[in-house]
Amino acid sequence: MEITFLLNGETRTVALTDPTQSVLDWLRAEGLTGTKEGCNEGDCGACSVIVTDAEGAKPLNACLMMMPHLHGRALRTVEGVAGPKGELHPVQQAMVDHHGSQCGFCTPGFIASMAAGHLNGRHDHDDLLAGNLCRCTGYAPIIRAAEAAQDAPVPAWMHDTLPDLAEVAPIADHVFLPDSADALADWYLAHPDATLIAGATDVGLWVTKQLRELKEVAFLNNCTDLQTIEETDDRYIVGAGVTLAALREAIRDTLPSFAELLRRFASEQVRQAATIGGNIANGSPIGDSPPVLIAMGAELTLRKGDARRTIPLESFFLDYGKQDRAPGEFVESVSFPKSAPDLACYKLSKRFDQDISAVCGALNIPRDGDKIGAPRIAFGGMAGIPKRAAALEGALEGQPFTEEAITAALPALEQDFTPLTDMRASDAYRMEAAKAMLIRYVRNAQGTLSILEVQP
Amino acid sequence: MSVGTKKPHDSAQLHVTGAARYVDDIPCPGNTLHLAFGLSTEAHAEIASLDLSAVRSAPGVVAVLTAKDMPFANNASPAPEPEPVLAEGVVHFVGQPIFVVAASSHHAARKAARLAKIDYTPRPAILTVDEALDANSHFEGGPVTWARGDTGKGFAQAEHIVEGSFDMGGQEHFYLEGQAALALPDDQGMVIRCSSQHPSEVQHKVADALGCAMHDVRVEMRRMGGGFGGKESQGNALAIACAVVARATGRPCKMRYDRDDDMVITGKRHDFRIKYRLGADAEGKIVAAEFTHLARCGWSPDLSLPVCDRAMLHTDSSYYLPNVKIESHRLRTNTQSATAFRGFGGPQGMIGTEAALDHLAHVMGLDPLDLRKRNYYDPEGGQSTHYGQPVEDFILPEITERLEQSAKFAARKARVAEWNVANTTLKRGISLTPVKFGISFTLTQLNQAGALVHVYADGSIQLNHGGTEMGQGLHRKVCQVAASVFGVTDEDVRITATATDKVPNTSATAASSGADLNGMAVKAACETIKARLAGFMAESAGAAVEDVTFANGEVRADDHALPFAKLVKLAYEARVSLSSTGFYATPKISWDRIKGQGRPFFYFAYGAAVTEVVIDTLTGENLILRTDILHDAGASLNPAIDIGQIEGGYVQGAGWLTTEELVWDDKGRLRTHAPSTYKIPACSDRPRVFNVALWDEPNREDTIYRSKAVGEPPFMLAISAFLALQDACKSCGPNWPDLQAPATPEAVLAAVHRARGDA
Repeated sequence: MEITFLLNGETRTVALTDPTQSVLDWLRAEGLTGTKEGCNEGDCGACSVIVTDAEGAKPLNACLMMMPHLHGRALRTVEGVAGPKGELHPVQQAMVDHHGSQCGFCTPGFIASMAAGHLNGRHDHDDLLAGNLCRCTGYAPIIRAAEAAQDAPVPAWMHDTLPDLAEVAPIADHVFLPDSADALADWYLAHPDATLIAGATDVGLWVTKQLRELKEVAFLNNCTDLQTIEETDDRYIVGAGVTLAALREAIRDTLPSFAELLRRFASEQVRQAATIGGNIANGSPIGDSPPVLIAMGAELTLRKGDARRTIPLESFFLDYGKQDRAPGEFVESVSFPKSAPDLACYKLSKRFDQDISAVCGALNIPRDGDKIGAPRIAFGGMAGIPKRAAALEGALEGQPFTEEAITAALPALEQDFTPLTDMRASDAYRMEAAKAMLIRYVRNAQGTLSILEVQP
Repeated sequence: MSVGTKKPHDSAQLHVTGAARYVDDIPCPGNTLHLAFGLSTEAHAEIASLDLSAVRSAPGVVAVLTAKDMPFANNASPAPEPEPVLAEGVVHFVGQPIFVVAASSHHAARKAARLAKIDYTPRPAILTVDEALDANSHFEGGPVTWARGDTGKGFAQAEHIVEGSFDMGGQEHFYLEGQAALALPDDQGMVIRCSSQHPSEVQHKVADALGCAMHDVRVEMRRMGGGFGGKESQGNALAIACAVVARATGRPCKMRYDRDDDMVITGKRHDFRIKYRLGADAEGKIVAAEFTHLARCGWSPDLSLPVCDRAMLHTDSSYYLPNVKIESHRLRTNTQSATAFRGFGGPQGMIGTEAALDHLAHVMGLDPLDLRKRNYYDPEGGQSTHYGQPVEDFILPEITERLEQSAKFAARKARVAEWNVANTTLKRGISLTPVKFGISFTLTQLNQAGALVHVYADGSIQLNHGGTEMGQGLHRKVCQVAASVFGVTDEDVRITATATDKVPNTSATAASSGADLNGMAVKAACETIKARLAGFMAESAGAAVEDVTFANGEVRADDHALPFAKLVKLAYEARVSLSSTGFYATPKISWDRIKGQGRPFFYFAYGAAVTEVVIDTLTGENLILRTDILHDAGASLNPAIDIGQIEGGYVQGAGWLTTEELVWDDKGRLRTHAPSTYKIPACSDRPRVFNVALWDEPNREDTIYRSKAVGEPPFMLAISAFLALQDACKSCGPNWPDLQAPATPEAVLAAVHRARGDA
């Protein structure tokens, strides 16, 4: 199969033999070695590149992007961030002037992320660069550089258009690039053992780390009808293909606690690739968005061929690695309330940014006068699946909304969960921290700050 | 003069455009083979049977070698005791290379390497400090002990005694560029291009593996994507494997570790348990101190002995310890062989003492900074360290005082106390800690360096020295030295890749010594050529040679002036030699490591830091709010680069002590073998407010332009972050919180409970 994309402003049509080849490997084999492999799993950002699609430009990890993802898009690497005559981009010049590189190996990835942020007029540098690790500088000079360059005009060469595509989408027996949910549904019914790839932020690791060969694959990133967020009077209906970055934007004002959790979800590069559908369908016991969605009473719509069914999200997760999904059936959308004033999301990890939660707590505790109404409380990282704390909910309902009453109810959480010990945390700590999140909830309601709000 | 000015890294422009080439970026001949190791899945076992047939028949595989196929030495060790590149019948840790696959691509090699069928006969594995102690599993036959005075008498006089035990984790280097090497066979021998802090050792080990002399092997090293000590010895295995397979097949060979393989195979910073007993008089002066260092060294000696020595050498931290005994156990365990990492044991030795001092302050009800100051070495001199080196340049009282003022330490300490009274959930802590770090390799012979300088007929200068560039800005600094000697600009000077055929017998770029040693060697070479040029100029101008000056691109003698390039052209035509080597050997040092006596260090580098933190007492989550640093880089060669080393070293040190946790399971498998599970600081983990200043007074010793080494010392400024967390925990209750490192949220919460006396 052949795909067409722009590479640093020039149209390229490439015949693919291996549809799961990473963009990083392809670039480096082409001699574009500015883009580096640091970890090959999307955690270090040394392979960051800029990809433009119909929505605009975004930084992505080239190690987790597979070549078919590029079809119809524009790719700009560090080699294309400088101008055609070698003029340095403002972020490049600022990185030189502010001593932002030491060993230089992470630098091309930083440049890509910074140039993407610059192009989009973003000033939230800590969030933009949370997915770019630097071991030398301690980041201070990099942020100085980002701030120094932030108001410089965007160089003309940075504005990518999209390539003209042939009418017929590329296709091969074992690789499918559907352009609609209908097309996907038909194909998946006929190929129920295929792997569906959206952002590839998880499936990518099957290839780069487990060295798996995927026999049949479909790339979903051209299914624009799966990438919409519809609103009813009181609910969002979010297509499975909506990225976590787009979701975060959509709910920034309406569901601020969820949006703040998503700010800390992986990194900009991962959020720009990863989809809400993937985050759910993947069935991770941690997941981060499922506990929140469960606490909000989200409903999941699954589709098989033309048949759809809608279930409460919490019933989708059956057991570790096991979901209520039939062969040929896929996650089409998830719906949840547009407002959740009693929702608080707490992500606990060793590192604040770009870490996997040891415990992720989503606490939705409405009040009925001075008493607790019907709470919905869900945790990730406490069991083999994201799960509601039913016993705790029962123990809390009707109790006074006080620290004393909530503390008295906390032992019930031990009926809900028997957490594991692993490299992220011990079982005892997980249980203690999960309980502590309830105390935090009541104290925050009384005005205690979050640690991230403390000023020097 | 270029020296002393802020200049960017010599490759900054190449870094930001992606044009800087690292080993894996070098275009390779089309027939290059790609290598991968097959790894042990057992911590300690005999290899009962090794079936590699599936590996050999995998797509793209060209060759598979085991230890038996190594034609000569099978040894990657930087120490006297050999360390096999490929396991010889017995495996000693999970991740030990057993065989090497050569295939047509990196992916083909990695895939094939997983197809081996290996039967193991397990042997008992020693994984922990306690298991190693129980089994008396020591390097050097048993503990090493150094002592001064009589601790028994000291404790008898003590008014206050504290005892404790402090565990600190190791640290993965996480250089962004993984280990990589490329071997290119030629008709003369072997050319190696690799990511190594120690090209001469790679040359030596490859020569041994090929059964040839060192002159048959040429190692070239342009830049590393980070080293931090992790590329001092850990790259040897890749270079050897590439060279051996290249010799066997006649084809170029390249090997780079996938990140997970890198973390599973290579050594890390040593984790330590330090047991301490401190005795102080009524005023808080320490009268006796005993320390037991328990270091998990892993399966082979590698650099563990000098690392553990340096931990002992830094046990005094910045304090005069009249009666002291240090017992150091170098424990052999079935884990990766712990290796060099920025500070080289110094951080472990220092934090053991600093944590003990805070404990003593807590017991005595003293302010920890007051206690520190009472025990500082006497700045007037007259005191010596526990290993007998006079402390003649002790500037910490002045540094501390100036930092206390600039950081508003007293006022902020009071504000922290007020906050902690007013807040239940979030508690703040603040700490000021000093650094005194000894500069020189403790193996005296390593304190030498060479350089080769050419002045071409057009006036351009090319130079080479034995140091390697890993991001620390060494090449820029050395370039500034050469430019300053000749009175030209940095742009007139080009530094080429480190190469063993240009400067031989080099030491590793380690121990913060790069600029000190190589700067001096380059200066010597430049001055040789400069003297010849000055003589020629004096003769041409009829002036005295003492009156010839080199500045601003011109050479002047009395009222004669010539552009530097013009003088060079004339000198060439007059048959003046325009090339020279240079050499430097550090003066004044001598060291007996068995007795633990002598002057191992030419001088000390100093610094101090104030860190303020906040913790969440519900979960233990914690955050650095503000850091103020005053650091002594002598008369800085390049303040921009030195501040970069300080900022970067501090954050790396803070990572070691907070988020970076290495976890092995009970089978000896490293569970944190990728950045998804091993968390180095990310962007937002740097201090919210980060003020770094240079002390900027000339070194009292005659170093390169009176500068001081700056690579490692700032790492230990991060001890202030750890002790600020301890301080925050202390505010939660009356008891000693006994925070252990790394201070993950879980560790901080445990310390909060101890402070409160919770069951």
